[in-house]
Amino acid sequence: MNRKKNKGKKKSPQIMIITAGFTLLFLSMIGYITYYSVTHKQELINNSYNGRQQMLLSQNRRGSIYSADGKILAQTVTNENGDDVREYPYGNLFSHAVGYATNGRMGVEAQANYYLINSNAPLSTKAALEASGDKYPGDDVYTTLDTELQQVASTALGVYRGAIVVTEPSTGRILAMVSKPDFDPGTVEANWDELRSDSQKGVLLNRVTQGLYPPGSTFKIVTALEYIRENPDTYQQYTYQCNGSISRGDDRIQCYHGSVHGQIGFTRSFAKSCNSSFANMGLTFDRSHFEETLDQLLFNQKLPLSMNYSQSRVDMNDTISDADMMQVSIGQGTTAMTPIHLNMITSAIANDGVLMKPYIVDHVENSAGSNVKSFNAAEYGNLMTEEEASILTGLMTDVVEEGTASRLKGLSYTAAGKTGSAEYGTVKGDSHAWFTGFAPAEDPEICVTIIIEGAGAGGDYAVPIAKRIFDAYFGVEAIY
Amino acid sequence: MELYVSEFSKYVITLLIALYTYESFAVFRKKQESDRNGIYTRQNILMFGLHFSCFIVICFETGDITYLFFYAFQQIVLYATVILFRMLYPKTNRLLVNNMCMLLTVGFVILTRLSLGKAIRQFIIVMISLVIALVIPFFVSHFRFLKEWKWIYAAVGIVALGIVLVLGQTTYGSKLSYTIAGLTFQPSEFVKIIFVFFVASALYKAAGFFEVFTTAVVAAAHVIILVCSKDLGSALIFFVVYVLMVVVASKNWLYLLAGVSGGSVAAYLAYRVFPHIQVRVQAFKDPWSVIDSTGYQITQSLFAITSGGWFGLGLFKGTPESIPFVEADFIFSAIAEELGLLFALCVILICVSSFVMFMNISMNLKDKFYQLTAFGLGVTYIFQVFLTIGGGCKFIPLTGVTLPFISYGGSSVLTTLIMFSITEGLSMIQEEEAEEEKRRRKRIRQKKKKQADRKKDRPVYEYEDLDFEEDGETFEQEEE
Repeated sequence: MNRKKNKGKKKSPQIMIITAGFTLLFLSMIGYITYYSVTHKQELINNSYNGRQQMLLSQNRRGSIYSADGKILAQTVTNENGDDVREYPYGNLFSHAVGYATNGRMGVEAQANYYLINSNAPLSTKAALEASGDKYPGDDVYTTLDTELQQVASTALGVYRGAIVVTEPSTGRILAMVSKPDFDPGTVEANWDELRSDSQKGVLLNRVTQGLYPPGSTFKIVTALEYIRENPDTYQQYTYQCNGSISRGDDRIQCYHGSVHGQIGFTRSFAKSCNSSFANMGLTFDRSHFEETLDQLLFNQKLPLSMNYSQSRVDMNDTISDADMMQVSIGQGTTAMTPIHLNMITSAIANDGVLMKPYIVDHVENSAGSNVKSFNAAEYGNLMTEEEASILTGLMTDVVEEGTASRLKGLSYTAAGKTGSAEYGTVKGDSHAWFTGFAPAEDPEICVTIIIEGAGAGGDYAVPIAKRIFDAYFGVEAIY
Repeated sequence: MELYVSEFSKYVITLLIALYTYESFAVFRKKQESDRNGIYTRQNILMFGLHFSCFIVICFETGDITYLFFYAFQQIVLYATVILFRMLYPKTNRLLVNNMCMLLTVGFVILTRLSLGKAIRQFIIVMISLVIALVIPFFVSHFRFLKEWKWIYAAVGIVALGIVLVLGQTTYGSKLSYTIAGLTFQPSEFVKIIFVFFVASALYKAAGFFEVFTTAVVAAAHVIILVCSKDLGSALIFFVVYVLMVVVASKNWLYLLAGVSGGSVAAYLAYRVFPHIQVRVQAFKDPWSVIDSTGYQITQSLFAITSGGWFGLGLFKGTPESIPFVEADFIFSAIAEELGLLFALCVILICVSSFVMFMNISMNLKDKFYQLTAFGLGVTYIFQVFLTIGGGCKFIPLTGVTLPFISYGGSSVLTTLIMFSITEGLSMIQEEEAEEEKRRRKRIRQKKKKQADRKKDRPVYEYEDLDFEEDGETFEQEEE
């Protein structure tokens, strides 16, 4: 009797379990705090409500920004009055890419702000500066930008408004990024009101990542991919009789400048950029399947980019009308995309279907030149299969060989690409000139995407700029 | 020189607290308090080393050597506490005394850094509280009638809280305190202890449905008064402590289920009825959207926690004062910023170590009243730690309670000191019980020996009796 009672009086299992429960709760909280602090450190220090930024700036001199070829793109110097001034030796050339760091921030100045305002200088350097009452040198940021390509691209775009982005498909490195109209980052503070008020020109907008344009015929890359996916065995047997236009009810799609392409197959429809033929293909699509393809190509989705960007949009679902379907198929209607997004799709085609995340900050060094942080090439994933990429490369090579990009034909390298003349606004005939493509077609090294606002046909205006960039990259003497 | 001191000291301070934390868990590997003396002595050395290093840094950073006098006073008081507890109560648990002094040390250091005036005030309150704390273990271990006062505890608790609700001063939307003779009291702090005594005294004899129901009514009265005073953190603490004490007293997990479901319904209703709860939840879900107003505190706290890195910015190198009420509700964030994430996590672990020791004492206590008391006090302590740290790092919604021993606030530090001293008293009772047990076992052994001696003369028939006494070798108790 006594014995039973004694057994029940052993250590309370309830207390043990509750103790274990609280201990687990605290361990998960410790895990959470650690994870949150490590992953949100940069984001939070860049928040304008965080006073620690000012504190760091009063301790450290903002670091310099370098190009891939070691040129200084931005640096902070002390002027004769003893004030720190941010200098941009290339003036307007890197306006959007490098950006500014007064009145808010943009470009690399924004993206790498955390590194630029922190100092990992050796302790001895810091001690010496501390003694002399000077600030510590902030860490230096090395970009992937190439000053020569940037210069060529900017000069080629000239006085036009538009955007050019040049990337390396196998790594995602951004070699050049031009957006016009541009500005001198060194004078942003002085001209702030003017830059802000000038809303119509949108000077401060980086058109490469934030400009949303109708993709026009460059979107036929996407339409062609969907057609191949839906007709994997028979797409090469496709034929269409082009009379210059196609109608569904009251809605009519015309070929560019009323061209009549006659009897054409799949490859030729793409090379000649036949609107009627592509609208015809679009009408046969399984719309929910097309929606999946568009999702996979990152339309209406977040892009794997660590800079500010706009999301591309396209309306696609089961209930969309035939008229809208025809518009989507040729990249018109409500469809809008950014040049960087088109560049990413093109890069994936050039890189066997695999998209590498585009990046502009390569690595960070302290003032003594030792590495603080490296950003390596990172794979995002497959946008399409290797076979699909190879078929699209073939189509894009034909665009150069016998289609709308023939100005790239017969050079020392073989280019592949797609042109576009995207109509915008209400006036018939006003169009943005597009080109997106890569070279060499057989083993792509660079990928170029160009848009020139309101210039006209892509083949006439954008392709020659692509040629100058390719020429510069492959070291071909330009003959104009 | 100053730079080398501040950089080097970061690592020293982190190392010292890490070693201390290690020792505070190593304690549990040794079963006997007498085997732990080496650990306790090492802890004392580490503690004093840490205290000294921190004040050296403070002197260097402020350039004011007079801080060392303040340090000396603190050191004398803390050293005296360690020695006096040991001298007056040789049987008491030294881990709790050490942890208490360590956490007070951390509190003194960070408060001195935040505001010397508040630190001095806090120091004086701690000194007086320690004198009170020193006599408590004597009372607890000698006055056994504490068990019989359940209705007095209930009445005192409800009246004290009721007075605040009716007459209390409103601070930042919550009625928390009243002032007697120039001293401001926050009764909900002290009532926490009385409440634990109430529940323990009401349930230690029996915890059937009737007892649980009557205590639930009293507990509900406490919680409702606190919710009406808008002191949500305390209301939650009372609720959780009550439910868990009922589970332990009744050994029935169904009460936890009932508590959780009842609590969820009550929380939902409260959320619908009280706008200030909605504000808190909103600030928890997305503080960034209300960063200007209700999300300001929590976002500033997150800025602080994330900016310190593993080893912290160093004392006086951060901007913890940008968090409103940093010295009370957000002291943990200040610690994480200036003393580092590792240091802050060690502080959490020291709190957990204290809690585990509370539970250990509770489990080993044979008297159910004392067992429940130790358990209730331990849960009160650790749940408060959870609320304040979890709230400050956005792990849970903010409730606005203090971090025991570290936060600025007289009522808070006095209450926690009393809680620890009561548990010290309980640990003495437990040691006495254990010694009594030892004596009893010795008696049994002697008796058995006698029997065995007798057995030589008289054979087998007392064997049955012997079996029972062998069972008595394990942990068990003889009812008096």
